[in-house]
This record gives sequence, structure tokens and C-alpha cells, in this order.
Amino acid sequence: MQTTPSSLGRLVVWFGELTTPGRLYRRGLWFLLPAVIWILGLLVIPGLALVALSFAERGQYGDVLWNWNLENYSRLLGYGIFGWSPDTILILLRSLWVAFVTTVICVVLAYPLAFFIATQPPRTRYLWLALVIIPFWTNLVIRTYAWQMLLSPEFPFAKVAQVLGLIPADGALYPSAFAVYIGMVTAFLPFVVMPLFSSVERLDWSLVEAAQDLYSSRVRTFFQGIWPQTLPGLTVGIILTFIPAMGMFVIPDLLGGAKYLLVGNLIQQQFYSSRDYPYGAAVSLGLMILTLFGLAIYRRRGQGVELV
Amino acid sequence: MHRLNPLVRTVALVTLAFLYLPMLAIAILSFNRTRYGLQWNGFTTDWYTRLLQNAEILEAARNTLVLAVVSTLVATVLGTLLAIALERYPWGRRSRGWLDNLLYLPVVTPDIILAVALVVAFGALRAISTLFEPGLLTMILGHVTFQIAFVALTVRSRLKSLGRDLDEAARDLYADYSYFVRRVLLPLLAPGIVAGAMLAFTLSLDDFVISFFTAGPTSQTLPLFIYASVRRGVTPEIHALSTLIFLATVLLVLASERLTRR
Repeated sequence: MQTTPSSLGRLVVWFGELTTPGRLYRRGLWFLLPAVIWILGLLVIPGLALVALSFAERGQYGDVLWNWNLENYSRLLGYGIFGWSPDTILILLRSLWVAFVTTVICVVLAYPLAFFIATQPPRTRYLWLALVIIPFWTNLVIRTYAWQMLLSPEFPFAKVAQVLGLIPADGALYPSAFAVYIGMVTAFLPFVVMPLFSSVERLDWSLVEAAQDLYSSRVRTFFQGIWPQTLPGLTVGIILTFIPAMGMFVIPDLLGGAKYLLVGNLIQQQFYSSRDYPYGAAVSLGLMILTLFGLAIYRRRGQGVELV
Repeated sequence: MHRLNPLVRTVALVTLAFLYLPMLAIAILSFNRTRYGLQWNGFTTDWYTRLLQNAEILEAARNTLVLAVVSTLVATVLGTLLAIALERYPWGRRSRGWLDNLLYLPVVTPDIILAVALVVAFGALRAISTLFEPGLLTMILGHVTFQIAFVALTVRSRLKSLGRDLDEAARDLYADYSYFVRRVLLPLLAPGIVAGAMLAFTLSLDDFVISFFTAGPTSQTLPLFIYASVRRGVTPEIHALSTLIFLATVLLVLASERLTRR
């Protein structure tokens, strides 16, 4: 349909309705605008304000001084009053690494689970799927706290680790990097299993059978017959895991301890305890750029797969 | 049906069991007589009765529910309208691309950035009105911001699968627009709207980060309460509470399963 103003009064049939484009647009805007204004006002415009804020400076009392410099970004790269230190860069790299490892483990565990569910009889299939989602509806804080208990010295996991000499006798398994990974993987697994399942459910098994008929090895059958077919679901799963894992702060906060900070904790500190909004804004922007990068990949690779 | 390698089956079942381990541990401890520490000291249901007498926890539970219900209602209306606008109106290719980006933005933005953006937005809005002091209202506004997109995506996929035949049939039979919306479109969309609302409701219950950044001194919710108690020492009432919440969400998920399958 043409959208030039001169054509707005032309008569058209749209979904069985005899109307004009002008009337359609006017009614459509009433449907569109409330939600669009809401998201623009509370997410997009404040997001742009964060960009401006990242060039400002923290005043003495946690207020904002608008003197437009790159101070916050050089701080993000590790330059401080005492010269260069790797601390912030380490936090950024660690966040990337933790998100990466979490995603890899989730993907490796999600494949067996997705195939298991997809090969159940149709009647019970959705019940199994619900079983994967149900723990995810319990608040993350509760689940993370539960892992704190499970990894404490009184519970069998720590006992086994003590016997094996992995941790000192009477030691706990948290706070540690290991605890963070356990918390992260169990928190994000459903996000990979769900989209992966929707791909596996639609798998063309004849390709797999053809590969087997031609004496391809199991590994080759998987990588050439199955894996390419699951790519759309896998892409969505990876993005739904990697992005929130980068910004996660509850899990490292409760399971990682003070030595295992991630970028989410850094942002939280700026906006909560040290009230350094401009620096917090700069750190948030760094995280957001990675997010938009992920969105670009999603829009290119994950076409045709529903996010929800 | 395709036979699965027994190893794949085992890995799948062990992984699934692992997901339930935290809830199992908490449920067991909620019946433990010990007040401090994790030693088993005999069975009791005291913590459940104590829980129901704890005014602070009940207040937090009430706030959590008010927050989830109100934000879900608002987000369901706005999200449904947005889905209809996107799917049933002739936007140009360019603007459609922008609208799609806008729709996916709240889905892919990390919680913490949305939370920080809200802190900035409410900071500015406070200059206009004291309404935006941190509290239940700011929390509701925050939750709606991320819920809209999820409702709209769910409703939109339903609209897509409906196609245009029924719209055209209704209009051919002289239904005017409001009659068409009330008697044809909304009843057909109902399963999608219910599924979207369920999703929004559970997302609100599960949220911690947005609430953490937008809450005020009088708007304690359960996740915030539990987070605070993890710092100062968890009491067995929390175990009882978590177990109850878990059971409630299981029921909710099973109910939504039945509703959406029809």
C-alpha cells in the first residue's frame, strides 16, 4: 500500500473492511501509541539519558556535575588516580568469561534434555516441558539462597569435596567461582532448553536416517545431520542466556563473594552504595553495546523462531 | 518414535533432577525443628504457623501480589493493543522495522540496565511530581515496562496464526468495528491474551532486580525481604514461605498449561 499523503483518502479494502488509509492509520495509532510511549518514556529516553550521564562526573555528595569528559570511560579501561590497574578490565573480562562458560555448559546440557522431551509421546511431552520450566518460576533469590545452603559444609556436596581434598576439611563450596557457575547454569538452563526444544520438535529425522544409512559415525551424524537443523533454536537460546548472564548480579553477589565481582555487581555498586551515577552509566553502556550486538546476531540468524 | 541413546536419557534425567535439588532442600528444612544451622532435629510444622503470624512477611506477600496483579493488568491491555496494532495495520516497511526493534528491546535488555534506566527516569520525574518517590507505584511502572513486550509477542503469534479469513468473513457480514472487536477478535484472541498475562504475572513474581532498584522503604516485596534476610541470617520461616511459594507457582503453571493447551 502507498503511504504518500495524496493516497490517504483513497478507498481500500483492508481485512474485509472498506476504508481509507488515513482512517486506518488514525485508528492504528490509538492502538499503538500507549505501549510505544510507555517503552519510549521509561526505557529508550532514559537509556539515551544514560549516554549523556556517562560523560558527566560525580560531585562530592553523589550529585552530578555536567562537565562533559571521558573520565568515566578511561576509568572503565582501568586508569585511576593511582595509575593503571587491571581491576575493572578483569571484572569485564570475567563477566564475559562467566557468561561464555555458563552458556556453553547450558547448551551441552540442553541438547540431551531437549531430545529427551521431544521424543516423549505427545501426551506427556508438554508435562515434561513444564517440569523444566517450573523451577524457573520460583524466584531466583530463593533458588540462589538454596544453593548457598546446599554448598555449605553440612551438606553432602561439600563433604564429598572435603574427602577428595578439593577444599579444606570443614570448608564450604561457596563463596567460589564453582558456586557461581552452578547457580548460573541452573538459572539459565530453561532459557536454552525451551527454544532448542521447539527446533528439535520440528527436526527432519529423515536426514538423520539417511546419514545413518550411509554409515556416518555418531559424531558426524550429529554435527552434519542434527546440529545445523537446530541452529535457529540454539541461536535464540544462546542469546537468552548470554545477555542476561553478562548483567547478572544476584548470583555472583550471593554465591561469589566479594572477590568474584561481575559487571552487574559493579553497576549495582555505583547506583546503590557509592552513588556514582555517571560511572555506573558508563559501565551500563558498555554492557548495552554488547547486548545490541547480540540483538543484531539474533535478527540475522534467529529469524522465524519465536522468543516466547 | 525415535530411540534415544540411554546415555542421553540419563544425562537428561540427572539434569532435570538437579534443577529440583534447591527446592527439595528448602522444603525439607522447612519441617526441621532447628532454629539456627542446618542440623536435622525432628519434624515440625511450627514454622508454617509462625509464618502466618509474621506481620512483616504478610505485608511483603501482599505487596508482591498487588504489584504482580496491577502490573499484569496494565501490561496485558497495552501489550494486546500493541500486538493488534502491529499485526492488523498497514505500517510501512521502515516503521515496522523500528517498531520491531522497540518491541524486542525490553526483551533483550539486561535487567540491570532497565533498572538503571528506570532509576534515571524516576529521578527526573521526581522533579515534576512527588508521585514518583520510590514505592509501589514506581515498581508497577517498572514491571509494566518489561511485561508489555512479552504480552505483545505472545498475542502477536496468536494473531498471526489466526490469519485474515475470520476478519474478512465478519466484515462481509456487516459487523462494525466495535462489534467485530468485542464478538470476534477478542474471543478468538483470548487464549493468547491469557497466556501472555500468565507470562507477565510470573515474570513479575520472579523479578528481583527491577524491584530492588525501584522499591521504596514502604514497598517491601517477598524477593526483597528474602534477599535482605540472606544477609542478616535466614530464619526457618523463610524456608516455609519459599516452599509455599513453590507450591503456589506449580499450581499456577499447571493451571496455565491447561488453559493454553485448549
